[in-house]
Amino acid sequence: MTTVQLRLEGGWFTICEAALLTPGRGVAALLPDGSQAAVFTDRRGRTYAIDNRDPSTGAYVLSRGLLGSTPEGRPYVASPLLKHRFDLETGACLDDAALAVGTYLTERSSQF
Amino acid sequence: MPNERLSTIVVVGHGMVGQRFLEALAERGATGRARVVVLGEEPRPAYDRVRLSSYFEGSTPDQLSLVPQDFMRRHGMELHVDDPAESIDRAARTVTVRSGRTFAYDTLVLATGSFPFVPPVPGKDLTGCFVYRTIEDLRAIEAYAKTASTGTVVGGGLLGLEAAGALNGLGLATHIVEFAPRLMPVQVDEGGGAALLRTIENMGLTVHTGVGTREITADGSGRVNGMTLSDSSHLSTDLVIFSAGIRPRDRLARDCGLAVGERGGIVIDERCRTSDPAVFAVGECALAADGRVYGLVAPGYDMAETAADAIAGDAQRTFTGADLSTKLKLLGVDVASFGDAHGSTGGCLDVVYADSRSGVYKKLVVSGDGVLLGGVLVGDADAYGMLRPLTGHVPPVAPERLVLPAGLGAPAAFGPESLPDDAVICSCHNVTKGAIGACASLPEAKKRTKAGTGCGSCVRTIGMLLPESGDGGLCGCFAQSRRELYEIALALRITTFTELLDGHARVWARGGEGCEICKPAVASILAGLGNGHILDGEQAALQDTNDHFLANLQRNGSYSIVPRIPGGEITPDKLIVIGEVARDFGLYTKITGGQRIDLFGARVDQLPSIWTRLVQAGFESGHAYGKSLRTVKSCVGQTWCRYGVQDSVRMAIDLELRYRGLRSPHKLKSAVSGCARECAEAQSKDFGVIATANGWNLYIGGNGGAAPRHADLLAQDLTDTQLVRLIDRFLMFYIRTADRLERTSVWLERLDGGLAHVRDVVVNDSLGICAELEALMAAHVAGYRDEWAETLDDPERLARFVSFVNAPGAPDPSVRFVPERDQIKPELPLLTLGATR
Ligand code: SRM
Ligand SMILES: Cc1cc2nc3c(=O)[nH]c(=O)nc-3n(C[C@H](O)[C@H](O)[C@H](O)COP(=O)(O)OP(=O)(O)OC[C@H]3O[C@@H](n4cnc5c(N)ncnc54)[C@H](O)[C@@H]3O)c2cc1C
Ligand code: SF4
Ligand code: FES
Repeated sequence: MTTVQLRLEGGWFTICEAALLTPGRGVAALLPDGSQAAVFTDRRGRTYAIDNRDPSTGAYVLSRGLLGSTPEGRPYVASPLLKHRFDLETGACLDDAALAVGTYLTERSSQF
Repeated sequence: MPNERLSTIVVVGHGMVGQRFLEALAERGATGRARVVVLGEEPRPAYDRVRLSSYFEGSTPDQLSLVPQDFMRRHGMELHVDDPAESIDRAARTVTVRSGRTFAYDTLVLATGSFPFVPPVPGKDLTGCFVYRTIEDLRAIEAYAKTASTGTVVGGGLLGLEAAGALNGLGLATHIVEFAPRLMPVQVDEGGGAALLRTIENMGLTVHTGVGTREITADGSGRVNGMTLSDSSHLSTDLVIFSAGIRPRDRLARDCGLAVGERGGIVIDERCRTSDPAVFAVGECALAADGRVYGLVAPGYDMAETAADAIAGDAQRTFTGADLSTKLKLLGVDVASFGDAHGSTGGCLDVVYADSRSGVYKKLVVSGDGVLLGGVLVGDADAYGMLRPLTGHVPPVAPERLVLPAGLGAPAAFGPESLPDDAVICSCHNVTKGAIGACASLPEAKKRTKAGTGCGSCVRTIGMLLPESGDGGLCGCFAQSRRELYEIALALRITTFTELLDGHARVWARGGEGCEICKPAVASILAGLGNGHILDGEQAALQDTNDHFLANLQRNGSYSIVPRIPGGEITPDKLIVIGEVARDFGLYTKITGGQRIDLFGARVDQLPSIWTRLVQAGFESGHAYGKSLRTVKSCVGQTWCRYGVQDSVRMAIDLELRYRGLRSPHKLKSAVSGCARECAEAQSKDFGVIATANGWNLYIGGNGGAAPRHADLLAQDLTDTQLVRLIDRFLMFYIRTADRLERTSVWLERLDGGLAHVRDVVVNDSLGICAELEALMAAHVAGYRDEWAETLDDPERLARFVSFVNAPGAPDPSVRFVPERDQIKPELPLLTLGATR
């Protein structure tokens, strides 16, 4: 079984089975400190994680946005509320330089 | 220049041509050199008389105004309204107005227009007799019509038909009495008149041709109650509008000794000068150098420019006569005539197409050597924009092909590029193809040449002459529009987003993710083509969150729920269930603007349990989250309301159930009113239905929201079956051809040919696609399943309704509420932005 893990301060944290992720969409994960991460996978099977909180509205909804890619091939998520786009690798907002979200390292690990 | 006396130009009459003259003066810089005084009789500045009838469709006098807000001030002109000129003293060069003031002039311009001719029949001045020329006339007719049930228009010419259309629209049983043997005798020929007659009679108007009015009769209180016709028959009528022609207003000129024509009209030369070189006349009051009085606005504008040139310009413009081409929409019927419409040129030939079933009649007049001389189009005047500029030239294809309806061998891509550069595209402002070609965009063309700012009938042709703006692509990923993608998916049977993206997107986007614009748009296209449940397979990744969770996301991350309440009708038991569910889940409850109930504040993980209760009680998804049918509002209708003439509630329910779940480019709204009082506001809907004594009227393209638009009447007095069939076709045609997020209102405005084109396609089946459209709709109706019932039945789908993938049972702690007015409201998250702009 393959699982998805996030790198937190204390080490790798297992989120869920990789099969639960739908390419092009996200899920929300509750982290041990009570904060939330939005975890995505794209068509090519790469996994990304950023903060779930949409800094433009304060709502915890980024996991429910749609994935897209820029002409340069950079993956992003568009917030479902006011449609700000966030780069999944850097957390930068593509529409407003004053906004950004935190990112997490992710890993898929197989345990047999 | 302290002592230099400015010369004074006095303009009498502030109508359409008077205003155009002022603009022409300003353009020539004359307003800096001369004092300009304008004397008007009407109580307001010039307005668009051509669109006068739109007053009855809700246009306000302000909207009809032709005078930009600060026009007079900006150009230092003086305007005196409501104070007509009474006399002219040519020796002293003064004009005296009714209030007694006298104005001196160096140059005088008469633009007094014309007055409606009222035949000298006994009773013509009775209470209830009107003319149709000014906003005040229309106001008086509108008020009087409230007490009337039948109205008669004397005169079946262009203006008579327009007045008849207005009476019909005011709900009166309407008669037209025309002395000539056919309607619109001046513009159309016998065949055209016959086609017009049939269509107008089909609308329920009664036409009496070949008879005159002998006397108007009155009841005891002096109010009109009928008329006797020249064949001694009697017609009961409560209201009469005289529209028996117009006469130039030349009295002022006559009284001061200027030359006037035998049959009226102030005599002018080619430069619009009267018999006194200090006095000019322009517009309908003038008798032009070619011996004619023109009753159309375009020749008047031409005279205004000519006079301005003579007074203030350098160019030596002349007015020697004008083309009487017109395109009109009378009672919803397109009528156009151009050039030598009656075939009076020696040796000319006719090419005629007539279809009495659909009320279409088209005739072209061609010379022996193939030059197009003129023509008449009734019922379908789409080709007018193309044909008029071709007049005087040999058309690029055989004339018989030009009159055939689209689909029957009409040339597919016969565009304006085939026209010569000197062809006049905009006849209102006499603008040639060459002049338009020098502009980059429609706004620029309008600004620089005025083309398209008159009657508007040339705008479509102008559009075809201008370079395209933008590439029209759906988004960064696709160069095609939504409509093109729809056709590609349909033709190539494409069923997945990746297939479309990898095969048909811009090169760089292939193999990528797509974007938040094309994903839901393509999802809607695929859903429209019947590709399964929207929560399944790859589709699941394309829907935005509302469609993904079948609910509407709110600002704090919670969702709202709108169960379908077809037609707004609901039993007490169902109301109680909604109340109980809202109470048990602590939801905020509100009646929506769409006649249903919205339950706010549900967490994702609560949606399935809430819907389990709702589905059990017989509720279905209301698709408030989808680009799909929202509500079909209804009024209470015939069953209860004393005015109702049909069962509007039943019809609303039927329509809502038929089209529920239908995915479309944007949301769709509808309403059904039980009578013309229109309590359901159907005319503000994408498709609105209003009951009539004989069936249903169907309106399309209405919109509320930020840019409201009144719907257009598509068809009248339909049976239930006809109504549904027409809506089926209309909706599918829209879904097929509209762009992403384009409401029917915007689509209708954008579509080439607009309403006439839609009517052609869905009523007359001009593209031959109606069977296909109906089949697509039949497939939708047969394939409809309630999305929530299906979701609840499927554990795999249900699995996604969790707040956290790693803690399925845990509620989302960020979704919190505080009390307000005995219900909840979101506790708004604190915004801590890293930096502010
Ligand atoms: C709930 C409701 C307000 C209410 O409390 O009454 C509402 C709520 C919203 N409207 Fe509305 N509209 C509601 C009736 C209307 C109406 C009135 C009507 O339908 O008769 C209109 C004007 C009529 C029209 O559409 O022509 C209306 C014109 C809009 C528009 C402007 C559309 C336009 O073409 O200009 C938008 C924006 C859009 O869709 O792009 C909009 C968008 C929205 C959105 C979807 C905004 C959003 O993205 O969050 C709101 C969703 C709320 C939710 O989660 O349920 N809403 N909205 C009404 C739901 C009716 C229903 O039962 O389905
Ligand atoms: C219902 C309707 C529909 C029409 N549809 C079309 C159409 O589709 N296409 C088309 O080409 N044409 C149409 N026309 C005709 C078009 O409106 C006229 O050709 C145009 O208005 C003529 O402009 P004008 O300035 O000469 O006259 P008007 O617009 O009539 O202006 C003359 C003005 O002078 C004022 N006046 C008169 N005497 C005096 C005085 N002594 N002192 C001060 N002011 C005075 C009048 O009150 C009036 O305001 C339509 C007309 C009507 C009524
Ligand atoms: S009017 Fe604006 S705020 Fe009110 S419901 Fe509609 S979209 Fe929301
Ligand atoms: S032809 Fe009337 S605006 Fe151009």
